[in-house]
Amino acid sequence: MAESARDGILGILRGAARDRDEAAARAAVAERVKGHPRNLVPARGQDAGAKAVDRFIQMATASAATVEVVPNGARVPHAVADYLSAHNLPSRVRVGPDADLSALPWDRRPTLEVLYGPAAPDDLVSVTPALAAVAETGTLMTRSGPGHPTTLNFLPNTHIVVLPVERVVGSYEDAWDMLRAGFTEAAEFPRTVNFITGPSRTADIEQTPQLHAHGPGRLHILLVGDATAPQG
Amino acid sequence: MKSTAHAFPENVSAALRDPQLNKALAKFKAGFPQRRATAVAALPEFEALRDEGKRIKDHALAHLDLYLEMFEANVVARGGHVHWARTAAEAREIVLKLCRDAGARMVTKGKSMVSEEVGLNTALEAAGLEVVETDLGEYILQIRKEAPSHIIAPALHLSKEQVADDFRRIHTHLPHDRQLTEPADILTEARVLLRDKFLQADVGITGANFLIAETGSTVIVTNEGNGDLTQTLPKTHIVLTSIEKVVPTLEDVSTLLRLLARSATGQEFSTYTTFSTGPRRPGDLDGPEAFHVVLVDNGRSALLGTEMQEVLRCIRCGACMNHCPVYHAVGGHAYGWVYPGPIGAVVDPAILGIKEAGHLPNASTFCGKCESVCPVRIPLPKLMRHWREKEFEANLQPAWMRQGLKTWAWFAKRPALYGAGARVAMAALGLAGRRRGRFGMLPLAGGWTSQRDFPAPQGRTFQDLYASRKGRTHG
Repeated sequence: MAESARDGILGILRGAARDRDEAAARAAVAERVKGHPRNLVPARGQDAGAKAVDRFIQMATASAATVEVVPNGARVPHAVADYLSAHNLPSRVRVGPDADLSALPWDRRPTLEVLYGPAAPDDLVSVTPALAAVAETGTLMTRSGPGHPTTLNFLPNTHIVVLPVERVVGSYEDAWDMLRAGFTEAAEFPRTVNFITGPSRTADIEQTPQLHAHGPGRLHILLVGDATAPQG
Repeated sequence: MKSTAHAFPENVSAALRDPQLNKALAKFKAGFPQRRATAVAALPEFEALRDEGKRIKDHALAHLDLYLEMFEANVVARGGHVHWARTAAEAREIVLKLCRDAGARMVTKGKSMVSEEVGLNTALEAAGLEVVETDLGEYILQIRKEAPSHIIAPALHLSKEQVADDFRRIHTHLPHDRQLTEPADILTEARVLLRDKFLQADVGITGANFLIAETGSTVIVTNEGNGDLTQTLPKTHIVLTSIEKVVPTLEDVSTLLRLLARSATGQEFSTYTTFSTGPRRPGDLDGPEAFHVVLVDNGRSALLGTEMQEVLRCIRCGACMNHCPVYHAVGGHAYGWVYPGPIGAVVDPAILGIKEAGHLPNASTFCGKCESVCPVRIPLPKLMRHWREKEFEANLQPAWMRQGLKTWAWFAKRPALYGAGARVAMAALGLAGRRRGRFGMLPLAGGWTSQRDFPAPQGRTFQDLYASRKGRTHG
């Protein structure tokens, strides 16, 4: 039987590495992945607490997202409804069926229609949670799962993210640690992890930057909690 | 795609006479380097991160077989499939079979240079599939039947008027007299049209910027969000990528991501960085039901363990072409194949052969700008020099060029004779050009003087001036 492509390619790669100490190489690889050590994390990614929140707001705003701080979850339905009316959007949102978001008192704004589930093609606005926010570049981290379908991040024109202020961290590495902390075994790594930094954009026509390409044209972040208090 | 790299000199002549291209390149060469410089200045650790990026990729390449096996095992553990392709033809066959098995009629695509490299679209279309590029630039090129002219800004050579004309020509279901004067009009039309394609597609094909051994994830980086709609809505997600893209851990990819956007577009971070790992999980409300990764070699493994290995560190940011005076003058199409600019001058001969792509490593003044901005410190001029040597060894240059080089080498090895000859020549040219200070015509230098004047030498050689000046300061 002819050699498989897999064996052929791996054979060439092994041949090129024939001078290495095989046992040491295997040990180095296993150790690196098991320990997954951090490389250099820039100083600006090492902020924590109120400083990280400040930087997150500054960087997210620079990426053309908007950020609003609300004192507690009970204010979220009001903030969402007010945002919709300020932007002349219909009073209807598609919400990720996440336990925390479902528990919010949406009925305080009776005219706001709240639908749960993945995005439908005609949904104009989504409301989703995020796992973490990374201060160093104003980046949100979301993960797929039953409570937070990925299509909500991309199909609607407007994406509203609800994020407890304690979930703002300094660096991408901090965010990975938060994701890993939720695992009991490696197989729990989700189908999709999204890093989102501002609304979608393109510069493909005459190198002219324009917002609203295929993903949402607006990204609004509701930071829930006291943004000035020192965080743990 | 079919290469015209062998016709580089003719391609260049055409490019230099293209006024639209020259206008686009003028904007390009001012904008991209400026934006990178601003982003780099805002991150004091950037140079140290470049060292780390190089270190990570060197480590990954030294253990490439082991990391690829680990990547494969982790994809499979999460319900995905990995396919290996030695050649472009094998890659096309695998993807075509996956599309057929999925019962696909329509395929959406995110931007993928490997897909251009293996000529995927042509193969899928020949098999009766509808293939839709969804990155705005790639979509425009697809309807124009053109190749990308840049690896991250594929349609930078076009004007908005050209694109508007194409949209009127192709989108015949819309009123012909609609307004398409502004980039925003064009973008809106493309967004609405492609939205339907995203929703109808049976298979979504993306590339990958990185593969992560630790998790079995593939990573794409986009600003438009097209890659995410491409891979989330259809039932099948196929990732077409190449073997050198694997890195060990999430921490390692984080370091490389800090380099990528800043080097490429000068953004702090791209809008969307997406980690895809297996198909949708039980309980997930969306996402593909099948996940396939096609790992393409196509000449890369042969570079490992050779002096060319360093080119495999490339993370495809485009910084080398963004800063290259040759690319700035001729644009990407002149290079004649998928990867233009300095990285193309090194990669293209490795994949196409030095006979086909030999002009490309010669299209450099070795100014070194590419190496100075490469986020993973690839010594591009050194590697181009390597190809020039290979070309000479393979006896591929015309006889007159080889004879000229031999003659020059004969003199260069005899410094006294060389110096004397140069003195005589410079004195003669200095005298002849004394009145005008320049030459409009010069024997043996027609390639120069047909475009611009040749400045007349002052009459003395550099060595002469150096010797007398040295005598003055130290004497």
